[in-house]
Amino acid sequence: MRKNTVTAYLFLAPAIVLLLLFAFWPVAFGSVIAFTRYNVIEAPQFVGLANFTELFGDALFRSALANSALYLLVVPVIQILALTLAVLVNNQLPGIRFFRAAYYVPVVTSVSVIGVIWNFMYHDAGAINAALRWLHLINEPIGFLSDDRIALFAVMFVTIWRGLGWYMVLYLAGLQAIPQDIYEAATLDGATAWQKFWKITVPMMLPTILLCAILSTLAAAKAFEEVQIMTQGGPFQSTYTTLFYAYEFGIKTLNFGRALAASFVTSVFCMALAWLNYRYLQPKDA
Amino acid sequence: MASRTRRLVRVLPHYLALSALALIAIYPFWWTLVTALSQSGDVYTFPPRVLPTEPGLQHFVEVFNTIDLWAFYRNSIAITALTVFGTLAICSLAAYPLAMMRFPGRKLVFGAIIATLILPSELNFLVNFLTIARLQLADTLTGVVLPNLVGAVGIFLMKQAFETVPRELVDAARLDGAGDWEIFWKVLLPLSKPALGALAILTLVSAWNQYIWPSVVLTSPDHFPLSVGISYLAGAFGSKTGVVAAGAVLTVLPILIVFLFTQRYFMRGFEGAVK
Repeated sequence: MRKNTVTAYLFLAPAIVLLLLFAFWPVAFGSVIAFTRYNVIEAPQFVGLANFTELFGDALFRSALANSALYLLVVPVIQILALTLAVLVNNQLPGIRFFRAAYYVPVVTSVSVIGVIWNFMYHDAGAINAALRWLHLINEPIGFLSDDRIALFAVMFVTIWRGLGWYMVLYLAGLQAIPQDIYEAATLDGATAWQKFWKITVPMMLPTILLCAILSTLAAAKAFEEVQIMTQGGPFQSTYTTLFYAYEFGIKTLNFGRALAASFVTSVFCMALAWLNYRYLQPKDA
Repeated sequence: MASRTRRLVRVLPHYLALSALALIAIYPFWWTLVTALSQSGDVYTFPPRVLPTEPGLQHFVEVFNTIDLWAFYRNSIAITALTVFGTLAICSLAAYPLAMMRFPGRKLVFGAIIATLILPSELNFLVNFLTIARLQLADTLTGVVLPNLVGAVGIFLMKQAFETVPRELVDAARLDGAGDWEIFWKVLLPLSKPALGALAILTLVSAWNQYIWPSVVLTSPDHFPLSVGISYLAGAFGSKTGVVAAGAVLTVLPILIVFLFTQRYFMRGFEGAVK
């Protein structure tokens, strides 16, 4: 081997070792274990599709899958709000940097702190219930995290609140990359602000919109951290998502075959969604 | 005068919209801070307190008396520092040959790194937990850090930074007899400080805030970082709202300070990612 090649691989060695161990091995091993019975102590036993038939025979997993699909509702909400927010802060108004920073604060906060804070907010006597009572919109407090018809939406709201600033920054970067003279030319031609938004901003932003749509769709399909920290799947198992199900079966019961089959299903779900996004949101002339 | 008024009228709705949204983003934090600082009375009031009543640090003192918060801080700092230095070292080392050298297998390695972005990583943390256990690293800080040291994003960022360094500088160094290591260490790294800074900040925030992975790897409370410690505190002392609020404040404070001083990296750092 040439000296050059040896040098190159010496530089690459730490990265390659870690990638093989913690990125490629889990996918390879996990994809095999999903088709076995494996409790960590005994050697895995090949069982074909048994984990998957059990999975889809389990009402809890079916509702987790439905919840994960429902969770995708956060995607359009977060994208529309983030784009609006980016347009609002893409102005040289005095104090605009304060607002940009304010929207970004939830993004740099640990999910565990966010869980604690939102438990306060959602408390029976917490700020949200108090406000709704004060406005005479409700008489009894809403059990945001204790009512099984509401809890999932309450968790989804936190996901939106938490992610908004992140997508805002991505959109802001996209907005600032649009050449200003296009807008000036449009102004000279008498275009209204609304026309400029739809005829210039949105088409020029399509690549960014595609990127953000894919990222937020995948994040929603993998929703799990908020559930783990805020509801632990409850009340009455109403906030299970597929990945939370995998976590429960893997870490808590060490039923790794079942857990990895659930992750496998989540992965397939994610890949299908990424493909759909890519298929339908591609810039037309690209 | 008239034009100033007109300008004000035009800008006012804009500010109202900005302020309403800022209130939604910030209010939960403000409420937590006020609750942590208020020593008496009902925690949940309406209208919610804007300023603390009987302000004092009693709740903060109680946090330190209830849990070994310094240990959580030490663990968080150790995990974050190891992750940041490890990531900078490993990603920039890997980026060097990818940006500067031609060697057999280059395309394959590069393709494999790209593939990690597409690979379904949902399977990772369960199997990584098994790997870490098998390496005898369960319940250690090394076990928390190790899987987070390498990522495609970091390698890309450094590769791009190296590629923007003028080729003449590298060639001149080579003519002066510099080897690959000197070119990497003395020419490329010093000229890539902005990229190193951006990568350091991104890694720092995610290492400080990560919650699921350390809570899977670590079992003894002595090893918990703050992010895991706060949910431990909330679980054990959930009824003491003021104390839990003080714990939340102590957990976010360091990262908020870092964020306020390095804001421009967050706001500008993504321009490259979008183009």
